[in-house]
Amino acid sequence: MIESILFTFGLGSVCGLILSFASKIFYVYEDPRIAKVENLLAGANCGGCGFAGCSAAAEAIVNEEAPVNACILVATENISEIAVIMGAEAGTAEPLKSYNNCDGGNRATDRFIYNGLNTCSGVASFYGGKRDCTVGCLGLGDCVRACGFDAIHLGPNGYPVVDREKCVGCGACEAACPKSILEVRTMSQRLLHLNASYDALAPCAQTCPAEIDIPRYIAHIKNGEYEEAVYTIKERNPLLLACGRVCPHPCESYCRRGIEDEPVSINQLKRFVADMEMNSGKRLPIECAPDTGKRVAVIGGGPAGLSCAYFLRRVGHRPAIFEAMPKLGGMLRYGIPEYRLPKKVLDWEIQGILNLGIEGHTNVRLGVDFDFGSLIAAGFDAVFFSVGAWNDYNLGIPGEDMDGCFTGIDFLAKIGNQEEVEIGRRVAVIGGGNTAIDCCRTLLRKGVDKVLLVYRRTRKEMPANEVEIVASEEEGIEFVFLAAPNKVIGNEENQVTGLEYLKMELGEPDASGRRRPVPVAGSETVLDVDMIITAIGQSPELGFRGKGDRLDDLDITRWNTFEIDPATGQTNVPYIFAAGDAATGASLVVTAIGGGRRAARSIDLFLNGKPVVPQPKALLNTHIPESIFESVDGVKKRQRTKMPELPVSERIHTFEETDLVISEADALYESSRCLGCCRLCYNKELT
Amino acid sequence: MGYFELIIACVFVNNILLAQFLGNCPFLGTSKKMETAVGMAMAVIFVLVLAGTITWLVYTYILVKFGLVYLRTIAFIVVIASLVQFVEMFLKKSIPALYAGLGIFLPLITTNCAVMGVCVLNIDKEFTFLQALVASLFYAVGFGLALILFAGLRERIFLARVPKPLQDTSIALITAGMISLAFFAFQGMV
Ligand SMILES: Cc1cc2nc3c(=O)[nH]c(=O)nc-3n(C[C@H](O)[C@H](O)[C@H](O)COP(=O)(O)OP(=O)(O)OC[C@H]3O[C@@H](n4cnc5c(N)ncnc54)[C@H](O)[C@@H]3O)c2cc1C
Ligand code: SF4
Repeated sequence: MIESILFTFGLGSVCGLILSFASKIFYVYEDPRIAKVENLLAGANCGGCGFAGCSAAAEAIVNEEAPVNACILVATENISEIAVIMGAEAGTAEPLKSYNNCDGGNRATDRFIYNGLNTCSGVASFYGGKRDCTVGCLGLGDCVRACGFDAIHLGPNGYPVVDREKCVGCGACEAACPKSILEVRTMSQRLLHLNASYDALAPCAQTCPAEIDIPRYIAHIKNGEYEEAVYTIKERNPLLLACGRVCPHPCESYCRRGIEDEPVSINQLKRFVADMEMNSGKRLPIECAPDTGKRVAVIGGGPAGLSCAYFLRRVGHRPAIFEAMPKLGGMLRYGIPEYRLPKKVLDWEIQGILNLGIEGHTNVRLGVDFDFGSLIAAGFDAVFFSVGAWNDYNLGIPGEDMDGCFTGIDFLAKIGNQEEVEIGRRVAVIGGGNTAIDCCRTLLRKGVDKVLLVYRRTRKEMPANEVEIVASEEEGIEFVFLAAPNKVIGNEENQVTGLEYLKMELGEPDASGRRRPVPVAGSETVLDVDMIITAIGQSPELGFRGKGDRLDDLDITRWNTFEIDPATGQTNVPYIFAAGDAATGASLVVTAIGGGRRAARSIDLFLNGKPVVPQPKALLNTHIPESIFESVDGVKKRQRTKMPELPVSERIHTFEETDLVISEADALYESSRCLGCCRLCYNKELT
Repeated sequence: MGYFELIIACVFVNNILLAQFLGNCPFLGTSKKMETAVGMAMAVIFVLVLAGTITWLVYTYILVKFGLVYLRTIAFIVVIASLVQFVEMFLKKSIPALYAGLGIFLPLITTNCAVMGVCVLNIDKEFTFLQALVASLFYAVGFGLALILFAGLRERIFLARVPKPLQDTSIALITAGMISLAFFAFQGMV
């Protein structure tokens, strides 16, 4: 008895002693975080995370080879604690969920049939699988078998459907899928993902500068799930009310239905659900990731600034917007007139964005009311520039500074700010873009007798949105094409009395493919006008530079825009980013929104101390060649829904909104016209 | 018994996995992928050679000497566990390359039943030290052989059509049973 007690005791002590000495002698420096993380893991050595045991998993987490929520067993609090140990980072403390990217399923065409092979990975190992589509679902359910939580089943259309309630985000399905159809991601990762060449994307979604998942939201509308449609849009575009009204919808030019029929009226559907949310009176709650405490200064509260701030906030950072004008919105407020985008609607939309917890400081202009140094001193970790393009180009002709001469942005901003402007009776607006048209239509509503639009090329070359040109034609605006202003004629009181122009004719095409206008000698003609507005383009106003701080080191292009890496939005000063008109030159609202999100992704990387590199294989609004068709079969011609609008006689006297929203029945009909495209397959219409 | 027969007996006839059914958990757990299976096999060889010889020494020179043979099991467990821990620390510091290859498997087989079983068998069969060393080495080789064979099969089974109730572990157990039957053919050779 005694011996055995003595023996066991002795053996224990000897082993213990040896081990404790060994741990001193053979001590290897190990990241102390590994031990901390390991303590927070389940300790079950189950291997569910894909690593051999918990200590291996802890090491992988600390070496950033595994996400902090790699362990499938621990509680959310532990994950948040691990996230704290690892330093705050977008998405870390958020739950992972599986998403299915392919809804083609059985409709995708088969290339080969392999009898007997009944798993996706088996089939995939032969020539990439039996389906024509290079990325699409093979439909044999490896993911269903891989899921240990019964969260995936194959839906009636032959592709996996994830039950988000049951999904624990373990990643087993993603690992099992040979095609990366199932992706296990956090909300933040999804918000910041840029369209990539391996994604399952319809041609319209590839074209959209904001990268909205268009077929998905249209499908939601078709099923009457309007809230889901709004959420789908808001994953990529926080300004859906504004875009639904003013976007020239480049997506529609690539709509597959448009090859055989008229394109789906994508933008009106967006406006329909956006208005639905606003008119319902209650805002759909928007989720934000846990706070990271990192602060970002956003200079300029236009679409680019609002979009960047929105995405930064949703992934957990703390953006603050600094805006020079009395209210936020940029050109949406001070450029685009009331009859196209009512201020009431814009206010509602912007308030929704600010409600997420974004500070908006208005009436503060960088370079006048505060300087760059004070921003940095205030502890902002990064700065985003979205100052737009507010400097009108001058014509460079004599007499341009007479009374009665205005520039486009200046004029519209005054109107937008409800300032009094002295308006003439007969007005010439010079230019062919949106600004020129908006000036014309605004003037008309202000009650002038005659508006002439003077453009040096022809209607075909006008850069303004087609719908805008049509609307202004209807409203009775007179176009003077192929006319190059030569000089402004005035009286003794320095007041404009006329505009002399030279007639032009179209010559050889220039670099942009448009035929270059050349003046016809001796063709001087005088227009009898008493007010002239020049709207021939804008460039950014960079007056805040040249004050001897870091901003002077910024590279500026010869168009006076910020020189950025187009894939990241980063400037040559690592903590300064830019997007929108300030980086691209005058462009579109959606482009500014897409740029803002792209920059938000880079700023997030930067705030986490990671290298700011372009996302691998990002499409950046190029197209996937195989998805662009010449012809499409299985399409029955069906009339595109007409946009309801105020009758011309009514609308030219008021600033009431001109374009109206389509009815629910029309929205349902229009959404049924969508072919629900992906890369290759789409829903054929049977006759 | 000559050493040749001993080797054949350990690897094939009395294969620790397929004839004695010891060490089934790592056998099922790490046989899904060939890469992991190879790593595991190496780790088992390494640990078994050490454990088999050390426990033989402990048994012969301590337990027998002091008449404490009845404490064999408990003593073996403590010795093997500490040994593996010690080796892990040693490798991490001195031979990091080897640690990177085997390290992650070591804690998983600390007191694996195959390890324990071989140590006990060495004693029961009254092996000499050299015989114990050879037996431990080749039992482990037999373990590795079975594991790697099995991983190869399972990689293929993954691509095949398996009825739902039989998927994953169940089909693995059935397959294991059949390989085990095949190994019965070696019975009676030595
Ligand atoms: C008249 C007009 C009509 C248009 N119509 C359309 C249309 O129909 N569809 C379409 O898609 N696009 C249209 N556009 C283009 C679109 O409005 C712009 O591309 C878009 O607004 C650019 O967004 P942004 O955020 O880059 O810049 P902006 O919207 O210009 O915003 C920049 C903001 O920065 C602020 N700011 C500038 N300097 C400072 C400073 N130093 N400190 C603080 N704040 C500063 C400005 O006050 C402004 O609020 C139109 C543009 C104009 C001018
Ligand atoms: S039919 Fe629908 S999915 Fe296809 S391109 Fe047009 S809008 Fe996009």
